[in-house]
Amino acid sequence: MDSIAIELRGIDKSFGPVHANKNINLKVRKGTIHGVIGENGAGKSTLMSILYGFYQADSGEIHVDGKQVTIRDPNAAIAAGIGMVHQHFMLVENFTVLENIMLGAEESQILNKGIAKAREELKRLEREYALEVNPDAVIEELPVGLQQRVEILKALYRRADILILDEPTGVLTPAEADHLFRVLEQLKSQGKTIILITHKLREIMAITDEVSVMRRGEMVATRKTAETSVEELAELMVGRRVLLRVEKGEAKPGDVKLSVNGLTVKDGRGVTMVDNVSFNLRAGEIVGIAGVAGNGQSELLEAISGIRRAVSGEVHLNGKPINVTGHVDPKDLRDRGLAHVPEDRHHVGLVLKFEECENAILGYHHDKRYLNGVFLNVDAIRKDAEQRIAEYDIRPPNARLKTANFSGGNQQKIVLAREMERSPDVLIIGQPTRGVDVGAIEFIHKRIIEMRDQGKAVLLVSVELDEIRALSDRILVMFAGRIVGERDPDATEGELGLLMAGVEGRKEAAE
Amino acid sequence: MSNPYAKLPGWVEYGLVPLVNLAVAFLVAGLVVLLVGENPLEAAYHLINGAFGRGEYIGFTLYYATTFIFTGLAVAVAFHAGLFNIGGEGQAYVGGIGVALACLWLDQTMPWFVVFPLAIIGSALFGAAWAFLPGWLQAKRGSHIVITTIMFNFIASSLMVYLLTRVLKPLGSMSPQTRTFAEGGQLPKLDWLLSIFGLDIGTAPFNVSFLLALVAAFGVWLLIWRTKLGYEMRTMGHSPSAARYAGMSESRITVITMMISGALAGMMALNPIMGEQGRMQLDFVQGAGFVGIAVALMGRSHPAGIIPAAVLFGVLYQGGAEISFEMPSISRDMIVIIQGLVILFAGALENMFRPAITRLFSTSSRRAAVVAQTKGA
Ligand SMILES: Nc1ncnc2c1ncn2[C@@H]1O[C@H](COP(=O)(O)OP(=O)(O)OP(=O)(O)O)[C@@H](O)[C@H]1O
Ligand SMILES: [Mg+2]
Repeated sequence: MDSIAIELRGIDKSFGPVHANKNINLKVRKGTIHGVIGENGAGKSTLMSILYGFYQADSGEIHVDGKQVTIRDPNAAIAAGIGMVHQHFMLVENFTVLENIMLGAEESQILNKGIAKAREELKRLEREYALEVNPDAVIEELPVGLQQRVEILKALYRRADILILDEPTGVLTPAEADHLFRVLEQLKSQGKTIILITHKLREIMAITDEVSVMRRGEMVATRKTAETSVEELAELMVGRRVLLRVEKGEAKPGDVKLSVNGLTVKDGRGVTMVDNVSFNLRAGEIVGIAGVAGNGQSELLEAISGIRRAVSGEVHLNGKPINVTGHVDPKDLRDRGLAHVPEDRHHVGLVLKFEECENAILGYHHDKRYLNGVFLNVDAIRKDAEQRIAEYDIRPPNARLKTANFSGGNQQKIVLAREMERSPDVLIIGQPTRGVDVGAIEFIHKRIIEMRDQGKAVLLVSVELDEIRALSDRILVMFAGRIVGERDPDATEGELGLLMAGVEGRKEAAE
Repeated sequence: MSNPYAKLPGWVEYGLVPLVNLAVAFLVAGLVVLLVGENPLEAAYHLINGAFGRGEYIGFTLYYATTFIFTGLAVAVAFHAGLFNIGGEGQAYVGGIGVALACLWLDQTMPWFVVFPLAIIGSALFGAAWAFLPGWLQAKRGSHIVITTIMFNFIASSLMVYLLTRVLKPLGSMSPQTRTFAEGGQLPKLDWLLSIFGLDIGTAPFNVSFLLALVAAFGVWLLIWRTKLGYEMRTMGHSPSAARYAGMSESRITVITMMISGALAGMMALNPIMGEQGRMQLDFVQGAGFVGIAVALMGRSHPAGIIPAAVLFGVLYQGGAEISFEMPSISRDMIVIIQGLVILFAGALENMFRPAITRLFSTSSRRAAVVAQTKGA
């Protein structure tokens, strides 16, 4: 029957004291889509990095098409027919699509000859897999979805038969994700083998043939997708039952904590990103802003939190104005009770090269508790960080570890712990669970609701419609920089979807 | 993938990798020596002997090292905030004014330990002022520091020529330099320090500014890793967007960092002016500002790395001079080539051998793990 495309036997890998992969065995059948899931830090990316030659396993064997291979570096992986689409794309931003695809695979010293050939080959691939992109477009001008397509083409151009995708949908809009899945189906029908890592169990159920579950460095189960359920997978991942539904009581809205009036924000190129937006946020409620990524949500958060200057409009925090059109000191806003979990934890919310405890005070480093005059009170900083690590179950529990070496979900917990711990009046959160596993999502959602129940005002922006619907007491839908409608959380997905696509909104505005 | 290579044990990372780089640099330098028809082993002998052969030589080596510690620290401080200050040369040069003024003012009436603190303050102030302008221009006007600091090196050079030929030169003197300072303007040598090791300092100008350099190194460590300002500098250096999010003012940090960097570069002037010459001459910096870049790179911007790196360059300077003295066919320029090779391998090509060493270590640690397992079973 089916042959095996990839077999891993006894793969073991440690980073110092962290045992990231423990004696992993995995068989991936040829011509199937194989999901790999597991908590943050379970070791999924490490395993794939070993398969792609980024890391060397401490012990174990890799077999491709029944033959044992040694994969010392990515070139060896490519030679063995393995391609990888990275979560953070590895494209040269100011090169064209064609140049990126050829890079490192130029077939002749004379570039012109190679270019013509490559263009031909690229056309063939595009036709075969329905992966249209303009070969002469410059990468930085393409939307993320298309950039990802270039990554896939790059792998196919190198004749990959096995494609690894590490959390490919984290950065995609729902429509882009749908398209990606159609492409993957197409690739599968052409006999390619696909390994898909994701935290979204719905995606696993929708597209994979088999799914393997990792937990704390071990491979704990492999199931046929048709024979399992979301509940079972979640339980296998976390090792206990997981509440996939958020439980929350009635909201008891109080005073207005944050009021936004006619806020207009432009981006660096002068394009209006937030267009005359007004709303109120009350104590004890969660207001969710739904919308497809890129419709002004990011700029709205940045303007309110003082990182980006607004063109016009007013924002009041606890009844007192924030000078959003002038100079705002984010420190001052923190002192006034505003906390902000930024969307982009890698570049904004954290300094990845810092030790965990250094990130635990980012933005709060003026706090007298952490200072002795001009000096940092290192003992107090570490002690606080350790306490927070315990409360938020951040793993590994090491305040001196470099932040880059924490997994995505744990990095997010570091930010959340820092922003929630001081019990702010107003909490603005962007993408609270991007790239975060089900167990951590449950935890984070619980914390957000606890904040609300303590009478805090929470403004939530997320591209995950499920998340918005589960957490919010009121939903505002943003499209093209405007708020095009307000709905209750029990509004149907279809209704919200139409609003997010700008269809309903135009009608409403016209009336 | 932020770090495609596994982490190495500390002694490999900070000991073996630099040593391998250095060894290769010397190997290639040896080839160059061979090329001009000389014996590389003989050159190596003269290098080592010239740097360490006698108490006096060691004194010279450490004298140069003192200079490079200051300029290396200057570059490193700016690095931590993501700023590339290549104006150490000019800042050190202008820093000399502060030293000279303090000495010319008080050298005849006060002992050195009164003049020295004032000279330190003077050199730091003038150096900082010279770095303030590029810092301010970047913060307020967006002019890039790499460009402006380089330009300020040239301005400093012209300014100093003017000052030394017109203003600070004593009447009737023919050479572009200040008058020679009296006792109070000359730093005591560290002969007692060398004599602890049974060494005789001879004529070497190894002086108390070396101790100041060590204090400065400790101060930089404190600043970068133990103060709020250092925390802000590092945040900005790693991620300007995170710094903005945290409410740190980019322009404020840029200006302050540049001033600290300039002050450290300026303090370098103490060593040649008060420690060696006893007067301020034209071109007393002699490229030390640029060597500081290499020292900071090699020392990974950490004081504990900068001190040994500065000593290494001290060896190259002092031992190199000895080579060109003993082997006339190897000119001063050849020595510069050798220094360049060290910079190339230890700084720019720092990662050339790392993958191979990493691989070596992952295989050997794997073997060790297997052995441990079989033993355990
Ligand atoms: N280069 C490294 N140095 C030290 N520890 C590392 C390194 N890379 C990963 N780790 C650790 O190894 C473990 C596994 O990490 P890995 O990135 O494989 O998890 P993951 O399953 O991909 O998680 P996520 O879902 O958050 O992406 C984690 O505990 C992580 O902290
Ligand atoms: Mg991962």
